[in-house]
Amino acid sequence: MLRRLATGLVVLWAAATAAYLALLAAPGDTVDSIIGEGADTPLIRSQIIREWNLDRPALVQYLDYLWRAAQGDLGRSYLLQRPVRDVIADQIGPTLTLAVTAAGLGIVLALVLAVTTRRPWARRVSSTTELVLVSTPSFLIGIVLLSVFSFSLGWFPVSGDQGVAALVLPAVTLALPVAGVLTQVLRDGLDRALDEPFVVTARARGLGERAVLVRHALRHALLPVITLIGWLFGVLLGGAVIIETVFGRPGLGQVTLQAVTSEDLPVVLAVVVFSAFVYVVINTLADLAYLVIDPRLRRS
Amino acid sequence: MTIALDRPLSLRLRRPSGGGVAAAAGFLVLALVAAATPSLFAGDPLAADPLHVLEAPSAAHWFGTDQLGRDVFDRVVHGARHSLLIGVVATGIAVSIGLLLGLLAGLSHKYADEALSRSFDALSAFPLLLLALLFVAVAGPGTVGLVIAIGIATMPNYARVVRTQTLVVRQAGYVTQAVAFGDSRPRLVFRHVLPNVLGPVPVLAVIGLGEAILAAAGLSFLGMGPQPPSPEWGAMLSEGRGYLSVAWWTTVLPGVVVTLTVISLTVVGRRLQRRFEGRLG
Repeated sequence: MLRRLATGLVVLWAAATAAYLALLAAPGDTVDSIIGEGADTPLIRSQIIREWNLDRPALVQYLDYLWRAAQGDLGRSYLLQRPVRDVIADQIGPTLTLAVTAAGLGIVLALVLAVTTRRPWARRVSSTTELVLVSTPSFLIGIVLLSVFSFSLGWFPVSGDQGVAALVLPAVTLALPVAGVLTQVLRDGLDRALDEPFVVTARARGLGERAVLVRHALRHALLPVITLIGWLFGVLLGGAVIIETVFGRPGLGQVTLQAVTSEDLPVVLAVVVFSAFVYVVINTLADLAYLVIDPRLRRS
Repeated sequence: MTIALDRPLSLRLRRPSGGGVAAAAGFLVLALVAAATPSLFAGDPLAADPLHVLEAPSAAHWFGTDQLGRDVFDRVVHGARHSLLIGVVATGIAVSIGLLLGLLAGLSHKYADEALSRSFDALSAFPLLLLALLFVAVAGPGTVGLVIAIGIATMPNYARVVRTQTLVVRQAGYVTQAVAFGDSRPRLVFRHVLPNVLGPVPVLAVIGLGEAILAAAGLSFLGMGPQPPSPEWGAMLSEGRGYLSVAWWTTVLPGVVVTLTVISLTVVGRRLQRRFEGRLG
């Protein structure tokens, strides 16, 4: 476990370093970026250089960056002139709501589909649907849902994040590809679990097919899904950027996009480092969850 | 992270019907031919016609026309060149760097291997889309940045597989024998190890190409890729979005073509994968 924590830290350090290198590699003068549209005089320039420590050696700046990052200080936005941490804290709410709803929806959908489509024909229909869902760009799913349910039927608002109604379409859009992948993994896992001897035992004890499936096989089929949690997180966060654009929702994705177009690098870097941090935390938790779910691992 | 960072890339799936594979392969060939010689199939993708703006699909304009009266079908066909090329070059970058680093990691001593493997992990810790956005933020929007970003972000997938293969191959009898024969190190690597680690790479690349095309479409949808009026698929969807309530065809039809391309790549790739695994026994 200590080893896993150590590798997690190494990954984070590498992520922060890569982010810092990106900052250095960016073309254009940092002072110009900070000034932006503001007044540009030699006095202001020298003040900015002092304030942002731009006159110190690169190595000192780098260590300083790491030290502050370790304390959760990810720098200041050039554009908004606020600590990036506050910017992220302000905007994470809507994105988190969207991602968690979508993840829940996707997982439930996948569980239901994998368990109910065991018959050959149902399975063929389901796997074709999954293939289509996984291969469709999420913005296309969003656009189609938007034109059918918002423009044509008028059931849901076209954009914004007012209330539950506005959450439905974005969450479904984000959940569908996730459900597609998870159903495939779950079905494969169920197939493998059903070949195991313990299934024969369970059937011999007179358990019904559904009970065998849900109570015994499903637990085994869930293991590979846990491995995918890190991937799932990336899909949700990346997907959120696109879906917030399609549906005009505020959130982390919108902030990131705006930062990219206005070359507000500290914000982009902070979001990237932050996502790497969450990824490491989630994967470490997934490792722990393995121990809880699979008693075989505890013994070794 | 010690757990396997599986991406859906490596999923093993149900056997599609023979007809499905044929259809997928057929569409793929069509897309590739269109990408190579778009002018044979379609007219000028930039020719605006102010008299025929936002017209629904018809015999004259199969996919309808867009807000400038440009033929959507012509643009989709010409867009194949942009989108497929972006995907192919990005996958090419990913495969070559992944092959090189994977081979290096697999052949290195413990510490170098560990360092390389951890750097693959670090790279995987960034969601693909965010990593690509970071590149765009540094390099500015455009096709080149997009290609490099997707290439580097998908590289660890290949590097990990190649590393694992290398670890297996270096234990093999023929390598031990070549060492005993006193083969030079380059000869060992290029003559004996490299050809034998290549096995799963082409199949992964076919499936990865689909992933790269999807990622590229997503990024150019966000305005980070080729700039208008260039007929790239993702950019077309982004442009058409504003007219969605009056002209669904300018967004939905190009989107369907993207989806069909990715589906055919995935189906063909998975079929190849099953073949390959079958051969390994």
